[in-house]
Amino acid sequence: MIFNLKSIALAGVGAIAVLLASGAAHAQSTTLTLLIDNGPQTVPVFEAYVAAFEAANPDINIELETRPGGGEGDNIVKTRLAAGAMADIFTYNSGSLFQAINPQQNMLPLTNEPWQADVQDSFKSVVTSGGEVYGAPYASAMGGGILYNIPMYKELGLTPPKTWDEFMANNEKIKAAGKVAVIQTYADTWTSQLFVLADYYNVSTAQPDFAEKYTAGEAKYATTPAAMQGFERLQQVHDAGYLNEDFGAATYNDGIRMVATGEGAHYPMLTFAVGAIEEIAPGTSGNVGFFAQPGNSADTNGLTTWMPDAVYIAKTVSNEEAAKKFLAYVASPAACEVRNATVEPTGPYLVKGCELPANLPPAVTDMLPYFADGGHNGPALEFLSPIKGPALEQITVEVGSGIRPAADGAALYDEDVRKQAQQLGLPGW
Amino acid sequence: MKQRTSIIGGLAAIAGSFFVFVVPFIFIILMAFKDKPQSGLRDFSWPQGFHLWDNLVQVVTTRNWMMITAFINSALITVISVTALVVLAAMVGFVLARRKTRLNGLIEFLILAGLMIPPAVVPTIWLLQGLKLFGTLHGMILIEIAYNLPFSIILYRAFVATIPRDLDEAAIIDGARPLDVFFRIILPMLWPVTVTNIVVQSVGIFNDFTNPLYYLPGNQNATVQLTLYNFQSQFNTAYNLLFTNILLITIPPLIVFLFFNRQIVAGMTAGAVKG
Amino acid sequence: MASAPTTARSRPSTYPVWFFLPAAIIYGALFLAPTFASLYFSLTRWTLFNSVFIGFENFAQFFREPFLIKGLINTVLYAVVTSTLKVVIGMGLALLLTSNIIARGYLRSVVFFPVLVSTVGVGITFTVLMHPTNGMINQGLALMGIKGPGWLTDPNLALFSVALVDVWKGVGLATVIYIAGLVAIPRDYYEAARIDGATSWQNFWHVTLPLSRPATATVITLSFIGGLRTFDLIWAMTKGGPGFASDTVASVIYKQYQAGFYGLSTAGNVVLFILIGILVVPLTMFLNRKQGHE
Repeated sequence: MIFNLKSIALAGVGAIAVLLASGAAHAQSTTLTLLIDNGPQTVPVFEAYVAAFEAANPDINIELETRPGGGEGDNIVKTRLAAGAMADIFTYNSGSLFQAINPQQNMLPLTNEPWQADVQDSFKSVVTSGGEVYGAPYASAMGGGILYNIPMYKELGLTPPKTWDEFMANNEKIKAAGKVAVIQTYADTWTSQLFVLADYYNVSTAQPDFAEKYTAGEAKYATTPAAMQGFERLQQVHDAGYLNEDFGAATYNDGIRMVATGEGAHYPMLTFAVGAIEEIAPGTSGNVGFFAQPGNSADTNGLTTWMPDAVYIAKTVSNEEAAKKFLAYVASPAACEVRNATVEPTGPYLVKGCELPANLPPAVTDMLPYFADGGHNGPALEFLSPIKGPALEQITVEVGSGIRPAADGAALYDEDVRKQAQQLGLPGW
Repeated sequence: MKQRTSIIGGLAAIAGSFFVFVVPFIFIILMAFKDKPQSGLRDFSWPQGFHLWDNLVQVVTTRNWMMITAFINSALITVISVTALVVLAAMVGFVLARRKTRLNGLIEFLILAGLMIPPAVVPTIWLLQGLKLFGTLHGMILIEIAYNLPFSIILYRAFVATIPRDLDEAAIIDGARPLDVFFRIILPMLWPVTVTNIVVQSVGIFNDFTNPLYYLPGNQNATVQLTLYNFQSQFNTAYNLLFTNILLITIPPLIVFLFFNRQIVAGMTAGAVKG
Repeated sequence: MASAPTTARSRPSTYPVWFFLPAAIIYGALFLAPTFASLYFSLTRWTLFNSVFIGFENFAQFFREPFLIKGLINTVLYAVVTSTLKVVIGMGLALLLTSNIIARGYLRSVVFFPVLVSTVGVGITFTVLMHPTNGMINQGLALMGIKGPGWLTDPNLALFSVALVDVWKGVGLATVIYIAGLVAIPRDYYEAARIDGATSWQNFWHVTLPLSRPATATVITLSFIGGLRTFDLIWAMTKGGPGFASDTVASVIYKQYQAGFYGLSTAGNVVLFILIGILVVPLTMFLNRKQGHE
């Protein structure tokens, strides 16, 4: 009844005519629903994917639906999966968050799809559960580190640091020149985690078995000096007075604008942010460079990497064949080209045959050496262990704002991690 | 002398209320006139150039005219659930105030519980699915009725207590059936408190954000509050569009307000206070 | 409707109990039943996909949450601050708006209008207005030579700032309730007081205040329960931050929910219910008893 009313209102013609007409139009084709997050680099890309895919497959019709990102998004995805009301296809994180949505129970395994042969193993490992692969990549790999303002570095005669001490020395010079050395944007709490999360490559060089012991409940942040360093570094930049005055109220957008326009020198961030520079501060993406989070020694300098989100098929899918067809398209070089034409590339692709375009912004070219031969990189902890405590971003805001000392924050995070491990039912907790 | 102080007091009150209550709305309007880079600064400044029309067009057309769908959905949900709330709550309030049964204590407790307990989301979703109502406007309407009944009943019960019993008893002796008594005699007399109910509940339901988020997934089911998400994400917020959106979704409450402004105080006098 | 004739035939009751039925069915099915189901889940470790019975472990965990105690204090503080301010300001505004003031219609309208605006919209707007450097409030203060605080970024101030916005949005309702209460006071009382030579302060203290007690009771009950349950505004403005500084029980519960700790979150719901019960039931009884003496 209500839907009829709606049709009348929408079309402005008789309800019966509308229902008949629309019924006839859709009778021949398959309709799939696709739930994506509302990120500015997700929506346009999927709109383009769907347009290209529908053009090639006129019998399949895909309806896009958006959801918020972050914690609220996790919530919606979990609730809808549990309720059996998930869209046919959906995007979601890989790594630890992927493990938390019970892939074996809720998603369609894609291990034997022919296109999996072209997907890099490093990606497959973060969308694998119980020996089955569940996802297809639709974006590029990312690095977590520090975006910096190139003109300011030139003006002050600085070079990108390889060690934390060099980084702090640079900060001191920038501060002495009367500028903001480190930008933090705690209004978007997730941005506060970067100094801790992007430090993981450094943790893993000091203690290669940390991830394994951490998952088993044997290694803790508070009692592992190498792991605690991330929290300490977060506190150091605050205590030294390097931060922008409005760090507590600034947003991710502000952070990008500041590092791009030279209002600040360094912004710890994931490289996918490069794609947003042109939109927020047009004409400035040439000003932003990138380096990995510096560690204790220049010899072990390397990049902590992030795997992109993946596309999954819900077990409750209405038309399995059509959905798989769409995923095959997303994980193809043709889709990468559509992506290149739609948004700024932000890192190397994970599908064989996908090429980055020629003129890349400097922040992306700065990142490629870490992936090239002789470069060092390793995945972030959330891709090596299923456990990520949900309160990390609140704790890092506290540590990064001087509300709570680093050691205390690390201990509190260990508590948070224990809760998550118990919820996941891991042994040893 | 007295005249003068009251004028000065009045002017002071006007000035004060202007800063406290009007300026925030002016800010919303100014933001809706700006373009994206300027709005990103989020300061109180004069717009550079007139972008309201562009913003409006963009807000309305985004995601396949989602705003229009959202307005239709929200209007249907609000009108139907408020109508049902008025009738059902008045029925309960009427009998509850008139007839002392052993049920009364239990009902009072359940009403208080409804005001106090935050709803359990996931079991509710299972239930809605079992009834094939999950993700439908019908289901959403029933949810809004269930969650808002306690408050409406409280308002009605308090008001019914102030109406003399003679009226309904006289009608019964005339041979009228209970439903006739209720709809022809009682309900019209409850009009002042019905206005309060309509205003408070329609605004609450129209502005509800959390419940549609859980119980009404799907683009075709969007409600107006959820359209705010189109322009505010964790990665990028288009403040000009966000505030244009806020401006747009404030219009329906404004209309309700203009309609019922004079009767709101009367309804309150009648309902909430005499309890 | 079908049962109406039956009732009429047996003994024509003017107040048939079946009038409760439609409301009871909807309320029972969609609110009570899920609530009872959730009581069981509060005793389990529940991932939505399966649940393991763990007894009272969730409650123990909930009280081990480092910020729960702070959240409890914040919740009560928030409810007390908002309801007190709504009572005091609402009463003041009502006195002003029932007096012989110019532009009364305009003033009533602007005070009441925020009640009708979307909470999320208000939250977004004030978050922007309260920005420590670019925000309009601090820019305005700067014009007067005052350096405004970080309203939402100072951990000692954040909760209080949100409470102020809550009062801004909600005081219109309190004012209208008070106006209604004041209008209902018979003029004779003031007449008698005037003959006794009462000052306007005595007038207020001995006539207005006691006689508007029903209105006060309504305002306190509504805003106190609302304050204890408050969620939308805190979530739209600070998400409980900075850090955990403005967390309330409701935001802690929501965060547990978001993190997927459904059993824990449901246990939190039970705790919140008990907290509200402990505080509100005696409060309503107190307010009603006093009323009875008048």
